[in-house]
Order: sequence, then C-alpha cells, then structure tokens
Amino acid sequence: MADLSYEDSKKLVFKGMALLAVVTLIEVAIALVGKGYVIEGFHLPVWLMYISMIGLSLYKAYFIVYEFMHMKYEVKGLAMSVLLPTGLLVWAVIAFFNEGNSWNQRRTLIKEKNAETIDDTRKSTGSIIDLKDVKNLN
Amino acid sequence: MAHDTAHTDVIPEQGHLEHKDYMDSHDGPAWGGGKRPFKASYGKLMMWYFLLSDAFTFAGFLIAYGAIRFSMPTWPVPDHVFSAFPGGFHGWPLIFVTVMTFVLILSSVTMVRAVQEGHRRNKRGVMFWMALTIIGGAAFLGCQAWEWNTMINEEGVTVTKNPFSTHLQGGTYLTGAEIEGAGFEKVMTETHGKTATYYLEPGAEDIEENRLFVKQNHQKEVLAGESFKEEDPYLITYNHDTHLYEPSAFKTPDGSIHKEAFGPIAFGSLFFFITGFHGFHVFSGVVFLLIILINVASGLYHNRSNNYEMVEKIGLYWHFVDLVWVFVFLVFYLL
Repeated sequence: MADLSYEDSKKLVFKGMALLAVVTLIEVAIALVGKGYVIEGFHLPVWLMYISMIGLSLYKAYFIVYEFMHMKYEVKGLAMSVLLPTGLLVWAVIAFFNEGNSWNQRRTLIKEKNAETIDDTRKSTGSIIDLKDVKNLN
Repeated sequence: MAHDTAHTDVIPEQGHLEHKDYMDSHDGPAWGGGKRPFKASYGKLMMWYFLLSDAFTFAGFLIAYGAIRFSMPTWPVPDHVFSAFPGGFHGWPLIFVTVMTFVLILSSVTMVRAVQEGHRRNKRGVMFWMALTIIGGAAFLGCQAWEWNTMINEEGVTVTKNPFSTHLQGGTYLTGAEIEGAGFEKVMTETHGKTATYYLEPGAEDIEENRLFVKQNHQKEVLAGESFKEEDPYLITYNHDTHLYEPSAFKTPDGSIHKEAFGPIAFGSLFFFITGFHGFHVFSGVVFLLIILINVASGLYHNRSNNYEMVEKIGLYWHFVDLVWVFVFLVFYLL
C-alpha cells in the first residue's frame, strides 16, 4: 500500500473489479457452454470444466486475499500463520470428498451383494469373505 | 504482591524503541512488550485470526456438503434448480446468481475504496464508499431473500423435502387414461377446498407414498406424453391449490411404470444452512458497517489518528464474506 501512490492504488482497485467480474463471467460461460446450453449438442469434458472452474475460483480467492485484503503488504510471518492452516483445510476437503465417494461405492456394492443369490453348492474355502469381495473393497 | 505486579507493565522510554512507527500505534506500548508482533496492530491481527477460525467453520460445512454430495448416486442439477429470474422468468440457468455475485464483488470494491480514503484521512470519502458498500450488502441480502422465497414457496424445497432430482433412466410421462389402462384406480379427494386427482393401485392404502399423479408443471400445463432421457433433471410439482407434491407416473422403455422419486433429502438442509450462514455473515457485516459508518460520521476515528484502522478491520471481514461466496458459488451453483 505504502509503495503505491493514491492514484495508482485507485486504478488498481478498478482493475481488480474488472478482473473479478471477467473471471466470474468466464466461469459461468464454462458452466453453460460446457453443459450444452449455448451451442446445441456441444459439451466440454467434465474433468476440464471442473478443473478450470476450481482453478479460476482459487485464483479469485488469491486475488481477494492478496490485493483487497492487503496480505501482499503484510509481513511474511502473518501471511504464513494464516495461509498454512488454510492449506491444511484444502487437504481436509480433498480427503473428505474422497470419503464421500467411497460411501457411494460401498453403498452400490452392498446393493449388488444384497441382490446376489447364494450358491449353496460352493465349497467352503475357510476364508471369511470371498477373494473377489476383497478385490472390490480395495 | 499482586498489587505490585500490576505495575510491571512499564512503558519503555522513547529512546529504547527499535521501530520509529512504534509511536503510531494506539495499542498502548506495542502490546505491552515494546514490539508489534508481525508489525500489525493487535486488532488487525486478531481480525485475521478470527477470519481463519471462520474459514474453518465454513470449510466444515463445505466438507459436509461435498462428502454427502459425492456419496449420492444423483444430485439436483444446479442449472436446473437455479434457473428462475425475478419477473416470472424460468429456464435462465445461473443468471440470477451471477447477478448476486456481481453485487457482492461491487460491494467489495467500494469497501477497498473506503479503506483507501481512510488512509488519506478523508472522512467524507470514507463515508461515501462505506454507504455504497452497505447498499451493496443490503442488495445481496434482498437477492438471497428472493431466491429462498422462490425455492421454498414456489418450488417446494424444504429442509426435509427435496423435489429436485435427476432421472436415472429415460421414459415418457403417462396421461390419466394410460395410468388407468395399466390397472390403477382414479381417486378424487377434497383437500384445502380444491379437488386433488391422483391414481392408486387397487387395494393400496390412500397415503402419500402410494399416489401417482399426471405430470403438470407449476403453470398447470399438462406435460403427460412428454419424453425424457437418462440424466435429465426434473422437479416434482408442488400443487399450491391442494398443498400436495405430485410425483408423476412415467413409463420406461421396458414397459414398466414408475413414479418420480424425491431427490437427496440433504440438499435442502445443506443449501439453506450454508447459504443462510453466509447470508447471516453478510447481515452482521451490514450491521457492523452501519455502526462504524455512524462512528466515522461522529469523527471518532478521525480523532484516533490511526488512518481509520477500524474501517480497515471491517474491510477485512467484508472481503472474507466475498471470499466465502467465491466457494459457495463454486460448489452450489457451478459444479
């Protein structure tokens, strides 16, 4: 802040506004074009949409914290004491999303198992669960 | 002895100070130790740590949302759920929420300007830009109120009922004659002074779970006969006359008759709780902005001669609210 003149920092603010607005518009455009609302029959790959939208959102977050909240002008210790714990959160988010995905898979597996008919003629192997189930669980 | 220790907080003499800017601080003798940790005032640093703790709270909610959404075989399609626009428009995916996002970005920008004017000790400038920020926050809350009202009172989403879902297989909605032709009985009942028409399997008890309806939308246009594909989104119509949800009958290509199922129950409670918690932050922000605006007008911060640091602190909070919205917008509306 101190390094910039008043006029310069004023300009920077409105540049920031334009940047955030444009990034938001791009995100919405990706969502709408990618899902085929704009051009009939045209779809973007889901992974490409998700990665670009998540990436752009993270960029917006970075911009708000560093420019609007002036994290850029704080000493490194302050920035790290706030940003490192936030980094742990990102890890938690990824971990729990994977967990949710695993619940989904297990529920599907249980449904399949419930629908299965028991083969009475099968010989006991001594194992508590079938080998193919072990494979499914992993 | 306690009496004596109370006086050990001796203010060091000016000659001992390492930082020239020390005397600018109004936290007393630099938090009492002679040095400002992280070269920030106590209030500003604690605002950062409060925001960090708030980030943990929001992350907890978003983790709950993401984990539950990932664990479901289907989830309401956001472009379908959020496609209404004031003035009775429908089928405008994400447009209204984009407007809401712009409103919040604008109010963040006006907040930065208020802080800048504070650094110049321009009281009128601070007041002008803070007033615009308050208007932006109030406008956002108004938009959210409209959005919630549409979802609850028009579309019938509640914390325990979610009429939005996705078809798991393709099919065609059935007309009344077709449902009767398949052996169902037509039932007409008086409810809330209106006649509800639905179909039951012979001998089936007349309870909500057993009723089949003919598909019609909220504008009372009958959609029976229309086909849909796998993964097409749908909304179980809430009939405002009879106060009944109308899960409709459809036929799949293999000839079997099915009923529209409600979507994941958690959707409503997660949506209302998380956007509500964010909205509550916006509301608190507007209240604090108002209080600080009044204090600015009274000249309180001008007399403190610390470049309107209070405006800077509420600014941090306000940007954080915008920051949270970036992620709420991402997970609820975009993905």
